[in-house]
Amino acid sequence: MQFGIFTVGDVTPDPTTGRTPTEHERIKAMVTLAVHAEEVGLDVFATGEHHNPPFVPSSPTTMLGWIAARTERLILSTATTLITTDDPVKIAEDFAMLQHLADGRVDLMLGRGNTGPVYPWFGKDIRDGIALAVENYALLRRLWREESVDWEGKFRTPLRGFTSTPRPLDDVPPFVWHGSIRSPEIAEQAAYYGDGFFANNIFWPKDHFQKLIGLYRRRFEHYGHGTAEQALVGLGGQVFMRPNSQDAVREFRPYFDNAPVYGHGPSLEEFTRDTPLTVGTPDQVIEKTLKFREYFGDYQRQLFLVDHAGLPLKTVLEQLDLLGEKVVPVLREEFAKNRPAAVPDAPNHASLLAAVDGEK
Amino acid sequence: MDPVELVVVAAGLRQPSTTRMLADRLAAAAERALGNHGRSTHVRVLELRELAVDIANNLVTGFPNSTLDDALKAVEGADAVIVVSPIFSASYSGLFKSFFDLIEPKALTGTPVLIAATGGSVRHSLALEHALRPLFSYLHATVVPTGVFAATEDWGAASGAESVDLVGRIDRAAGELALFVAGQPPRKNSVEDDDEVIPFEQLLAR
Repeated sequence: MQFGIFTVGDVTPDPTTGRTPTEHERIKAMVTLAVHAEEVGLDVFATGEHHNPPFVPSSPTTMLGWIAARTERLILSTATTLITTDDPVKIAEDFAMLQHLADGRVDLMLGRGNTGPVYPWFGKDIRDGIALAVENYALLRRLWREESVDWEGKFRTPLRGFTSTPRPLDDVPPFVWHGSIRSPEIAEQAAYYGDGFFANNIFWPKDHFQKLIGLYRRRFEHYGHGTAEQALVGLGGQVFMRPNSQDAVREFRPYFDNAPVYGHGPSLEEFTRDTPLTVGTPDQVIEKTLKFREYFGDYQRQLFLVDHAGLPLKTVLEQLDLLGEKVVPVLREEFAKNRPAAVPDAPNHASLLAAVDGEK
Repeated sequence: MDPVELVVVAAGLRQPSTTRMLADRLAAAAERALGNHGRSTHVRVLELRELAVDIANNLVTGFPNSTLDDALKAVEGADAVIVVSPIFSASYSGLFKSFFDLIEPKALTGTPVLIAATGGSVRHSLALEHALRPLFSYLHATVVPTGVFAATEDWGAASGAESVDLVGRIDRAAGELALFVAGQPPRKNSVEDDDEVIPFEQLLAR
């Protein structure tokens, strides 16, 4: 099982001081978190992709390349890469390049994006969102797997004899997760290809995701990639911890109350009851995260959101320390218990390469 | 035959409220009218006042809590819906609109809907036609021809005057609703069918 963090990359004023970090500070903070994630023993760092303020990560592979050079073990990923509005040719090239630089420590999570104007800014129509995700990914797969691609689709200029360079490392494309909050079509897409399905469950109640993940697992089996319990599931989580629960609540409340996504809405208490958000002790985080397995089955990847809403870097680094020291070692041990032997780990470069060699 | 699932949405803010009074009268009339078609009715009344904070939270967070989710699903899965809003500033109330903003856009397609409203005077009655009817037309509901408006004075009018007109309109609208329901094939009670999925080859071929 993999544990890691994912970041939205928002530049948000710290509500307790009123100070807004500069873009430069925020970008440096994000890569500092990534490096520290490896230091505390986490497995994955994933960055969002955005093309509008107040978000900074417009160029994920540039950022991940920097992190690759300063880490040894960490898997570099995205949350999410915009398969709708990014040119699949550029995605194929960027992530193959990153694979080489990171010696294979790369996967990516595809998503449609949630910002309406990004579509017209990139010459697309939001009403084509699902169709773009379907067609662009079909092309992306071919670009990574075929030396010379002839292509004609609805959404980009045709390709004749096109070779995406560099070729994927060892001719093994990076593993792909498909991220979704709402769309059964994306769960179906992930199941069809036998790819991973990441349910970003952090803002919504569990029932909704039980349906979506259940659908993905059933269809994964339907398409012959294995049993439903072998389907590859990733989940989000959101935590703020202090050794003492009341301290955590007191310190996090102003950040919660003013958070861009859910601030000025439900109370912290309601939100922690209804969603995966945990504000409390490491033990409370462990308890809540272990419940995910009861709700969604054995899964492969757990990513935590820890750095949004204007939390200062120092505080977030302390969150990573707690995750690394107190939370993740226990979760690893507990999740390993009673885990059926048939449930696979998340694929990585080595396992995908071994699978290809096995077929030969 | 299964009972008709009739959901009544009342957006009155006071207790007791004339909006709720009108809603209850319409529900009773609809139940009678459906009985004439040999159908039994299961009535569920949703008071939006009780959901006001949940509705606001959904607007902010993007998801309903379980109480609100249950209410939304009830409306989306209903065989017939009666909606009653007070008229504020020449239209339905903001709370009423906010609730229907959260309904899945296609969920009411073909659902028979009876529109009704309350107001201080009959001068507001055309809000039914310029505000409520277009809203439910947009949602592709089948809106019954007769809308029912009750002004404050209607509740005290002598028989043979306005009150008779109100009672008559209630019965006419309820009769139209019953006719629409009786003429429709039974609806699926759940809009979210867990097994419903578009096979990927179809998505690829589009």
